[in-house]
Amino acid sequence: MSVNESLAQISNGLVYSSMVVYAGSLVLFASSFASSRPLDEADSDASEADAKTKATTPAEASSAAAVAKAGKAQAKTSASKSSARAATPASSAATSASSSASDHGKSDNRELAPGRKAGNIAMSLMWLATLLLAAGVMARGFSAGRVPWGNMYEFSISSALAVAVIFLIISWKRDIRWLGMFVVGAVLLTLGAAVTILYTDSAQLVPALKSFWLVIHVLAAIICGGAFTVGAGYTVAYLIRERAEKKALAAGTTVAGWFSSRVPQADRLDSMAYRINAFVFPLWTFAVIAGAIWAENAWGRYWGWDPKETWAFITWVIYAGYLHARATAGWRGRKAAVIGLLGFTAFLINYFGVNFFASGLHSYAGVS
Amino acid sequence: MSTGDPGTRESQRRDDESATADLSTAPKSDVPSSAVGLGSRGWLRWMWRQLTSMRTALLLLFLLAIGSIPGSILPQKSIQPSEVTRYLADNPGLGQFFDSIGFFNVFSTPWYVAIYLLLLVSLVGCIVPRTRLHWKAMRSLPPKAPSRLSRLAESSSWEVDSTALAPQDVLNETAQELQRKRWRIHVTDFDGSTGAVSGEKGYLRETGNLIFHIAIVVLLLAVALGGMFGWRGQALVIEGESFSDTVTQYDSFNAGRLVDSGDLPPFSFTLNSFTATFQEAGDQQGSPRTFEADVTYRDNPEATPAQKTVQVNDPLIVDGAKAFLVGHGYAPVIEVKDPDGQVIYEAPTVFLQTDGNFTSNGVVKLPDNDPRLGFQALFLPTASVDEVLGPISTFPDLLDPAIFLSAWEGDLGLDDGIPQSVYRMDTSKMTQLGIKAIVPGESWELPGGRGSVSLTGVKQYAVFDVAYDPARFYALGGSIFAILGLMLSLFIPRRRVFVRVTGNATSTPSGDGPGTRIEVAGLSRTDESGLKPAVEEIAAVVAQIVPPASEPVTDQTSSQAGRDA
Repeated sequence: MSVNESLAQISNGLVYSSMVVYAGSLVLFASSFASSRPLDEADSDASEADAKTKATTPAEASSAAAVAKAGKAQAKTSASKSSARAATPASSAATSASSSASDHGKSDNRELAPGRKAGNIAMSLMWLATLLLAAGVMARGFSAGRVPWGNMYEFSISSALAVAVIFLIISWKRDIRWLGMFVVGAVLLTLGAAVTILYTDSAQLVPALKSFWLVIHVLAAIICGGAFTVGAGYTVAYLIRERAEKKALAAGTTVAGWFSSRVPQADRLDSMAYRINAFVFPLWTFAVIAGAIWAENAWGRYWGWDPKETWAFITWVIYAGYLHARATAGWRGRKAAVIGLLGFTAFLINYFGVNFFASGLHSYAGVS
Repeated sequence: MSTGDPGTRESQRRDDESATADLSTAPKSDVPSSAVGLGSRGWLRWMWRQLTSMRTALLLLFLLAIGSIPGSILPQKSIQPSEVTRYLADNPGLGQFFDSIGFFNVFSTPWYVAIYLLLLVSLVGCIVPRTRLHWKAMRSLPPKAPSRLSRLAESSSWEVDSTALAPQDVLNETAQELQRKRWRIHVTDFDGSTGAVSGEKGYLRETGNLIFHIAIVVLLLAVALGGMFGWRGQALVIEGESFSDTVTQYDSFNAGRLVDSGDLPPFSFTLNSFTATFQEAGDQQGSPRTFEADVTYRDNPEATPAQKTVQVNDPLIVDGAKAFLVGHGYAPVIEVKDPDGQVIYEAPTVFLQTDGNFTSNGVVKLPDNDPRLGFQALFLPTASVDEVLGPISTFPDLLDPAIFLSAWEGDLGLDDGIPQSVYRMDTSKMTQLGIKAIVPGESWELPGGRGSVSLTGVKQYAVFDVAYDPARFYALGGSIFAILGLMLSLFIPRRRVFVRVTGNATSTPSGDGPGTRIEVAGLSRTDESGLKPAVEEIAAVVAQIVPPASEPVTDQTSSQAGRDA
């Protein structure tokens, strides 16, 4: 089967256009972040509620969600809980919550918070860029009549797409514009590496990759890569914010710091990082096992300590360590977060490093 | 649970602890208790506790990860033995050191084996007590409601019109509803002032956790079994030639300790033809596109032969063993005649590939001829002569084949009894007669009337890995259960909910006395966003059983799930 050259050309054009739009999105995310007013804990609570239930004030929204199903039940404030919350210094600004939150909620008829407009445009650009990239990836696949992950170039553009899509899925329910910079940065770096050092023309597969397992094993790995990347973004933000919160607690002030004051509170970041990593760990396990089944069918052994296999195993072991650390008192928090980042590093080494610096069975066409 | 409220009374603390008890069977982070004065039994117990502690498991996981790294950076004897030899030659000092600590054989060195065996022991030491605890938990009732439900991660409360339904009936109906929704329940009857229902759900979480860890043990056992009862060998077969499954026919053969090498399955096959196609243009020119080995095989010498086209992802499966196509190359058919025109050598000769375009090396040794002759040869499927590199192939397919021969005469070194590679020739005691390039069909008259050599054709050969692993299905089963268990243990939330009715059977909300109050609360073992809606759902259920008084809603506290679990 021959390759459709013009479709391959169109794919390249789409990938380049998506990069231009991503660049615009990156600039706007950065300016939105820089000009946004520092958040406090109450703000970040409210903005999540805001993202979920638009067009109602947060007070209405949260109470409606809570009690709508319970009929006209009368809920009462739990005194001990609010005192527990008030014990954290940063929530002293709780009173500002309702006003600023309604800013977010009623964006139509009130003035936008600083940086909000740039953030909205950045999100729209990101949607556009991701659609362009998705079209580019699909065109690349159609041009050769197969899945678009048959070599490192295609694997990279598909992975970049996965990172963007996972971010957009999470952004559907939560306001995570603050993470946009990091995510679009990662996407652009991946695409940049893809079009410069990894590019190869669209072509047929090498015999080793002609398998049904290429679809399953590599797709799983690509999705995992996207989720691990977003999870790592949360983890980095957590580590920075957590330090700032500790300082603030010691000093009895609100959280300071250019970055820390603009991201959600540390335990939320930690919790989201955990949810993403815990969600994707079974998929990574599946990716490794699917790879083993494929290896058994192509090379006669399901495990042979090929460098790619070894690093997949190392990544798996470290993320397993992360999940265990997260469930063990004395290891939660910073220690677990550092383990999570080590896992992500191992994933990156497996993704890029192994193909360039180790010789093994997982060498793809176009990259020796 | 660590909701910070220093003023909590001791009794309440005990209550709360019982409410959260056993929701997690995760090991506590154990500070080693003073081991001084313990007997040897005490020491053993202390050591066992250390070994099976989560901290040790984490440490071992790390050591396993770090220990694997050299195995991915340095060549491994089991995978690339020739690379190891080259590394040792290139870096004598460092290489020796690496070799002495097993870095060229990482995955079977004692220290690596020790790490994973300790991990295995730690795993079993964790699984056994947790299975016992889980078994107990599954057969016992959820704990009583703690005294202050408002301190739990999610809670709400409201006043009801107590004339609607007696408190005990509220509890009973709530219990029924919870049961219908598949909660395990425990009712503390209304004692005149208070009564409660506890519900628990998500036992499958821990079941999944245990399944996962047991499956990992099964997987490791399957790997070990496969190593003991499995075997694998590599065979090179030239077009038109046959292979039968006996140890002597393999070029290399590795068998597990418990394999009887004389008892391999008696299959055989003939390689009828091998075809390879390659990308002809573009930046991936020369990249392989198809490999097809056409074979005729028999399960045993008496069986009727069958046909099969073996491809890279499509092995030949015979008698439990699988033959995989793992490589290919060229075998030029070389014919040597003596001065009288008698054929003294005629055979397809296996050449080894030296680059991606199949520039290949081979030798022909004629120790029985007088004079003793030898040929070193370079075979080029698509010949060209590069100004710098000399003769080189520019495409892997047979577009313009040629062979560059170098003829030698003298002592081949075969009489010393030292085994020699069939792909190399020691020319140190030989003299060169001349060099010549010929294409198929051409002959070269050797200088001095020593005879002639010709290239009569070119055949291809295929390399097959034949493998047998009787435990591979156990490994697959272990893997599948590992994933299923993992999904259960990560996606099923383990939750408790409590519904309490407080009040006086005779009081009414309209009167001055204390009304009947409903409290609903829940807690979860892990960070999860689903607890809040779950508690809200229970609140809705209770509100339907006993309609709330018509006073307006005042507040609903926000989630603390992330912090408390």
